[in-house]
This record gives sequence, C-alpha cells and structure tokens, in this order.
Amino acid sequence: MKLVAVTSCPTGIAHTYMAAEALEQAAKDAGHEIHVETQGAAGAEALDPADIARADAVIFAADVDVRDKDRFAGKPLVSGPVKRGINHAADMVAEAVAQAEAAPAGPAAAAAPAAPAGPRLGPGGKLRLWLMTGVSYMLPFVAAGGILIALAFVIGGAEIANVVNGGEFQGTTYEAITDPTQILGQAGIAGLMFAIGGLAFSMLVPILAGFIAFGMADRMGIAPGVVGGLIAVNVGAGFLGGLAAGLIAGAIVMALKLIKANQAFAGIMRIVIIPLVGVFAVGFIMLVLIGQPIADAQAWLTDWLAGLSGVNAVLLGVILGAMMGFDLGGPVNKVAYLFGVGALASGDFTVMAAVMAAGMVPPLGLALASVVRPKLFTQAERQSGKAAWLLGAFFITEGAIPFAAADPLRVIPSTMVGGAVAGAVSMAFGASLRAPHGGIWVIPLIGDPGGFIVALLAGTVATGLCAVALKTAWKSKAAQAVDDSALVTI
Amino acid sequence: MSELITADLVDLDLRGADRHEATAALAGRLAAAGRVTDTEGFLADVRAREAQMPTGIEGGIGIPHARSAHVTAPSLAFGRSEAGIDFGADDGPADLVFLIAAPEGGGSEHMTILASLARRLVHRDFTTALRDAPDAAAAAALINSALA
Repeated sequence: MKLVAVTSCPTGIAHTYMAAEALEQAAKDAGHEIHVETQGAAGAEALDPADIARADAVIFAADVDVRDKDRFAGKPLVSGPVKRGINHAADMVAEAVAQAEAAPAGPAAAAAPAAPAGPRLGPGGKLRLWLMTGVSYMLPFVAAGGILIALAFVIGGAEIANVVNGGEFQGTTYEAITDPTQILGQAGIAGLMFAIGGLAFSMLVPILAGFIAFGMADRMGIAPGVVGGLIAVNVGAGFLGGLAAGLIAGAIVMALKLIKANQAFAGIMRIVIIPLVGVFAVGFIMLVLIGQPIADAQAWLTDWLAGLSGVNAVLLGVILGAMMGFDLGGPVNKVAYLFGVGALASGDFTVMAAVMAAGMVPPLGLALASVVRPKLFTQAERQSGKAAWLLGAFFITEGAIPFAAADPLRVIPSTMVGGAVAGAVSMAFGASLRAPHGGIWVIPLIGDPGGFIVALLAGTVATGLCAVALKTAWKSKAAQAVDDSALVTI
Repeated sequence: MSELITADLVDLDLRGADRHEATAALAGRLAAAGRVTDTEGFLADVRAREAQMPTGIEGGIGIPHARSAHVTAPSLAFGRSEAGIDFGADDGPADLVFLIAAPEGGGSEHMTILASLARRLVHRDFTTALRDAPDAAAAAALINSALA
C-alpha cells in the first residue's frame, strides 16, 4: 500500500516532525510505503506529484490548515490532529489502509469530488473494525489454548478432561485435582497441557471484550472491557456476552471522554474517574441487566428441552444441533451440551453423539469455507482456519469464535445450520456415544461410527456452503476493507 | 555554530508546580547562557503556543516551544522531573521536558536541526537513554550526538 501524509502544527518546529517520524515508522512497521510532507518551519519539501498520484490514501496529521489540499482531491483521506499522528500513528496508518481498500477502485475514484472531511467508515464499517480489533488480539489465545487442549487429548486420551476436572468417564470416576501445582504429578504432562489450555481459553472472552473496547475508546477502554468480559464468563454469557460487554464498555468510555474537565482535574479524570466509573457501569450492566436474564433464559431452555423428550429424535437433533452452533460455548450451547450429558446419565447415548457432532461442525465448516473461498476471509481468519480443523476435530467448538465474533450475522446462521444438519443426521443414524468429549479421539467408542462420520461431514459441508453463500451474497465493502487493517493492530 | 544544548542547559531535578513554572525554570537557564535576551517576553511566546494546544505527548514528554524574537540561537533546555509535570498529554504528566527556543527569523538550517531533534523524540530508545542519563553532561552529549 502506498500512502502520502502531511503533518503540520502551529509553530512548526516540534510536533510536525514528530508526527512525520511516527507515521513513517508506523507505516514501515506495517509494511507500507509512505511519503510525508512536513509543513513546518524548516520549509516544506513538497511531495512529489508522482507519489501523490500513486498513493492509495492520504493522511493529514495537522492542527493548522494543510496547504494546497487540492493536490489530494479524490483520494481516501484520514485526517486528525497532529498529536494523533504522534501518539497513534499506527491507528492512522491502519485507518488509511482501510479507507483505501474501501474506496471504489479504478479511475472513478480520481473523478470523485473531494469531500472536505474525506470519506469515513460508515457505522457498519466502524463496528466491524472494532470487532476485528478484539478478534485479532484474541486469536493467539484461541490458538494456544485450543491446540494445548487438543494435544492433551492426543497424549492423555479422552479421559484427561475428567482426570483434571473430576467426573465420570467410561464408568471410572475421577477426583478433581484441587491444587493446581500438583497437576503435573497427578495427571502428567497431558493433564498439565489440558489445564494450561483451559486457562488460556478462559481469557478468550475477556480479551475479546477488552480489545473491542480498546478499538473504540483507546487504552482507557481496556479495563472496563476486560472486566465486562470476565463477568460475561462468570454469568455464562459466552462470546456474545463478551461482544456486548466490549461494545458497552467502549461506548461508556467514549462517552466519559467527552466530558471536558479543567486542567487540574484532567489527570484525575483519566487515572481514577474514567476507569472507576467505566468498570462499575459495565459491571452493573453485565451482572444485573444481562446476567440475570441469561440465567432465566437458560433455565427456561433447559425445562423446554426436558419437555421435548418424547419428540421425534431427528427433530430433537435439529434443535440441539442448532443450539450448539448458536453461541459456540455460550449459554445456549451449554444448555444443549448439558442436556446431552444429562441424557448420558439416564442411559440415552444417542443425544450425546448428536451434540458432539454438532459441536465439532462449526470450526470444521468454517475452516472448510476459508479453504474453498479464501478471498471471503481475512488473512487472520485464514490462519485461524488452519487451527480450526484441529479444534473442530477435538470437539472444541470455541475454534469457531474468531470467525463468529468478527462477523456474527453471517457466521452464526451458518454454524446453526451445520449444527442442525449434523445433529439430525446423527440422530437419524442412531449413532451413540458414551463419552462427553474427545472428538475424533473417541470415535472408536461410538455406536455406528459410520453414521456419526456422515453426520459430521454433512454438517461441515452445510456450514461451509452457508458461510460462503452468506458472505458472497451479502458483502459489505467496508467489511472487506477493515479486515486487513485490523491485522495491523496485532 | 554553537551546540544546541550544553550541560548548563540541563536540569535533572526540574521542579515546578505547573508547566509554566517548569518552563520558566528552564528559560532561566537559556537566559543565563545568553541564548534568550528577554525571559519574560520569551515565556509569553511559549505560553501563547501552549495555549493553542498543549504540547505534551504520550510517553511522558512535554515540549514547550516557541519561535521568538527574544531568542539569539536555536537552543534546547532539557529538564527531568521526578514528580512529573502536566503538559496536557492524554496519559498523564511528563517527566521529560524539552524547552525549544527558536529565533524568529531563523534560517532553515537551524530549523532542520530542531526538526531532527523532534524526530528523535518519538523514538523510545532515545527517551529511555535520556531517562537513564547519569548527569547533565551525559544528557547534553546524548542529545547533541543524536543530532550529529
């Protein structure tokens, strides 16, 4: 990407050059080419008109009017105060890249009249940029946690989850390990990997929420966002609760930052008031306004499922499968999963097979879609697609969260459809499973493994097709554009 | 041409209740070195610039500055403050304060030197080295060598 920038400040001896340096560094770090014109006291060395013509986007970091603005007419423009260029050069570069990619390609762009403030991301594009920021910081946790858990199953067998957390597996009851420092001794390296992976996973939602808020409100958003995300985990609100927490935290901090404090008070505002009010407000909303309704809804769903026990098995498979795919480890998914585990205890092993098939499908189906139509996915998503094969194979439904959090409206319907198909097919074959986890590792324990595998494949293909179809049919330009810019923030 | 900064233009224990007092303390050093002819006049020019937009930037740096008729040679006074002095940056007070004095009609050669100083300020390794500088002479040498 080729960029040009102009920096200027009232006196033209300090900030102009600092912003220029910071922008040059940020562009270089992100792998872009940039030419900066410093309209300062040392005399502006004007940009080469050829560089301007070639530039994909323009950045103004200026507190005073940029001279000869007409040169940049029609180019995507990111403009802000000179200090933004110094303090947040990387963000400005990322936005410029996003704008360049959002802009219509071809000669039409050059003919477009220059809007005074330059084109900006619409509300949809901004929302997606925020979500992508959260996802990009969350990805390493998904990869590290998910792969550790998968390896723990490979090394320690499917019972490793129970060896660490307690519970019954294949007729053997395990005591939970209460002292985490004893895990290596009592459960071996596999148990240790399972525990570490689980801890890494427990950070998914707080990091997602924290960095969505960071994308919206800068550093001051992180604390309220992370705390909101932790509460989402505690009240079992899943990643959708985390999305909500991040957006709420970001909005609250954005609003608090609008309050103009006088100079003496400004320091206290930043260091004490905004974090205090932000964290409390987010916590209050998440616990009181979101936590309780979710708990009520879960109780209602559980009762409703129990009332369905006489219903046609295939229909039950559809319902449970769609629930598994809906929030990928969130409250609805939990209800369906626990229904499967409950059925195990009462001697019905077909429900668990359907639930596991439906829980494996979301990551597998999205991994498939990202291979079949890579262009519909961001580079980060294509990378997490590779890990998603492994996570899906081991029934780690959370492997689909990076896709779903970045684009919930298109991805969640796809994972629900795939889950429903897998659940229905598994029930139709009457596949049965006595283990509550393990993925492909427990296929030998499955009654009618052939039917189970057919269910898995059918669901995976359904999710993949759906995701490709939805992303193709209903594609926002801004979405594609912000994708790779969000990567820059990693 | 004299160097931009010398050891007597460095105050490693800069004190002041607010940015104006801190700036005045540094301006006093510039005046003592004969680089500023009228301290009050120069400070008024600095305040006028500061009023347009606070000069603090993130990372604990304040850069009060002015082009002023009361300045004889492009100069820098550098102060380090343990307590920190608020220069209006978003992330809190500044512990490194750079008072930049530029002559009103300064040629662009002088301005180029100040520009390259400004560019150095955004580099963490530079500001870290200044925070670690053991004495005034070392700090001045560090700054001058960065501009060479």
